[in-house]
Amino acid sequence: MSDLGPSGLPVPPPNPNLETQRFWDATAEGRLELPRCDNCGHVVWYPRQRCDQCGSTSVTWFEASGRGTVYSCTVTRRIPGSWRAAAPFVLAYVELDEGPRVVTNIVGCDPETVHIGQAVQAVFDPTPDGPALLRFTPA
Amino acid sequence: MTIRGKALIAGVYEHPGRELPDRTLPQIHAEVAAGALADAGLTLTDVDAYYSAGDAPGFGALSMAEYLGLDLTYIDDTETGGSAYLVHVQHAAAAIAAGHVNVALITLAGKPRTGGAGPGGSARFSSAPEASFENQFGMSVPGGYALAAARHMHEFGTTSEQLAEVKVAASTHAQHNPHAFLQDVVTVEEVVSSPMISDPLHRLDCCVITDGGGALVLVSEAVAASLDRHCVPVLGTGTSIKHTSGGRIDLTHTGASRSGPLAFAEAGVTPTDIDYVSIYDSFTITVLMTLEDLGFCAKGEGGRFVSDGALQSPGGVLPFNTDGGGLCNNHPANRGGMTKVVEAVRQLRGEAHAAVQVPDCELALAHGTGGSLATRMGSATLVMGRST
Repeated sequence: MSDLGPSGLPVPPPNPNLETQRFWDATAEGRLELPRCDNCGHVVWYPRQRCDQCGSTSVTWFEASGRGTVYSCTVTRRIPGSWRAAAPFVLAYVELDEGPRVVTNIVGCDPETVHIGQAVQAVFDPTPDGPALLRFTPA
Repeated sequence: MTIRGKALIAGVYEHPGRELPDRTLPQIHAEVAAGALADAGLTLTDVDAYYSAGDAPGFGALSMAEYLGLDLTYIDDTETGGSAYLVHVQHAAAAIAAGHVNVALITLAGKPRTGGAGPGGSARFSSAPEASFENQFGMSVPGGYALAAARHMHEFGTTSEQLAEVKVAASTHAQHNPHAFLQDVVTVEEVVSSPMISDPLHRLDCCVITDGGGALVLVSEAVAASLDRHCVPVLGTGTSIKHTSGGRIDLTHTGASRSGPLAFAEAGVTPTDIDYVSIYDSFTITVLMTLEDLGFCAKGEGGRFVSDGALQSPGGVLPFNTDGGGLCNNHPANRGGMTKVVEAVRQLRGEAHAAVQVPDCELALAHGTGGSLATRMGSATLVMGRST
């Protein structure tokens, strides 16, 4: 099993690339930065150097609030491999206040209490390489 | 131009094995190819078009064509996960209708039970642009489908007992299939009391993991006329994709909401005309949402629709997966699309097991869902007619 973050969950390192480096650099500093389309205003997720709605390749990064609500969630109780020892844990989609729905974990609480519609706040779980994983905890 | 009736399924084959530790992946592709061609009354030398997906090793269709000794003038490696083989039927039908192809071979093989995940696995996906934004959070395959199920329950009041009805129906069919991986009839109570994998999906909401494979042979009208075998005309086809849409994913519908209407329109039929359905059943929730999206019931009504034995054959209002489906019979290579087409052809030929054969089955639908309900999927729908 890989090392655990402060959340108690595995923190597998991401693979930043030219399009996502800024996102990961921000997470290392505990900030959530997202790209917004300069043409239509769409906030793009997953981060990339283009807008999937209008096709523009001009985006500007901004600091997001880190607030959101649980769109869907599941308590995973059985899973093979490196996550086995972390179960039960909460896998979720969180809808950010800025619009995107992101795959994440809800941490820092009893997994059985997490529910759809719950208000949550971003937390940053550092990986050994520096970038942090965007997770959420009840607001 | 329409493909309606221009291409016919002349041969089908489902490998009888569910654990195949002593065969290589190419050997299984070769066995199922031989089986489907023999079913059609054709040989490898008759094949001018070959289709494979992510389960084919190496260079995909090119590597497998070399292994099999095929001489091709048409090749197609379209990969949409477990639905790919239904997409291949659409592509083959179009190529046949255009006069480019006379005999098309489609194969699937895999050994997830005894030989690991095989090609198309983690290495390929780890380089995807979305990888670091999904793979770091412990999303198992059941976990992803559980997210869709949980949201469907939240919005529409769907219950675990209703999901269990899908498994119950599949198990009542599988008891008659001597090759089925799971042959015991189960009850709603047994499904909902099986171990929870990822809320709200229990172990018995999940499909089986099996080795094996299958193959299809499609032919032109001219070739079909030369064969002794009853051939099943492809009447309508539809493909669509659904993905996370820049982070605006809706977890309560599938790509079937677009592929279904396309297939019905091409075939010139409606859901009420369909006598039998093969519905992709990676999980019980996959079936329930797909039935809604294909128009067999209204969105959100899937739970009520599948209750009271609606999916059981004979007698149910919409007999489904009479081989036991992926939930009980077979999910070779973790890809259930091939076997969906095979059982639909059996029904249209009148060759399903007598205990589950739909009387006077004239129109059948097969639907594939590749990828994941939780992220991105390729969906494909086929409408097929009575054998000729």
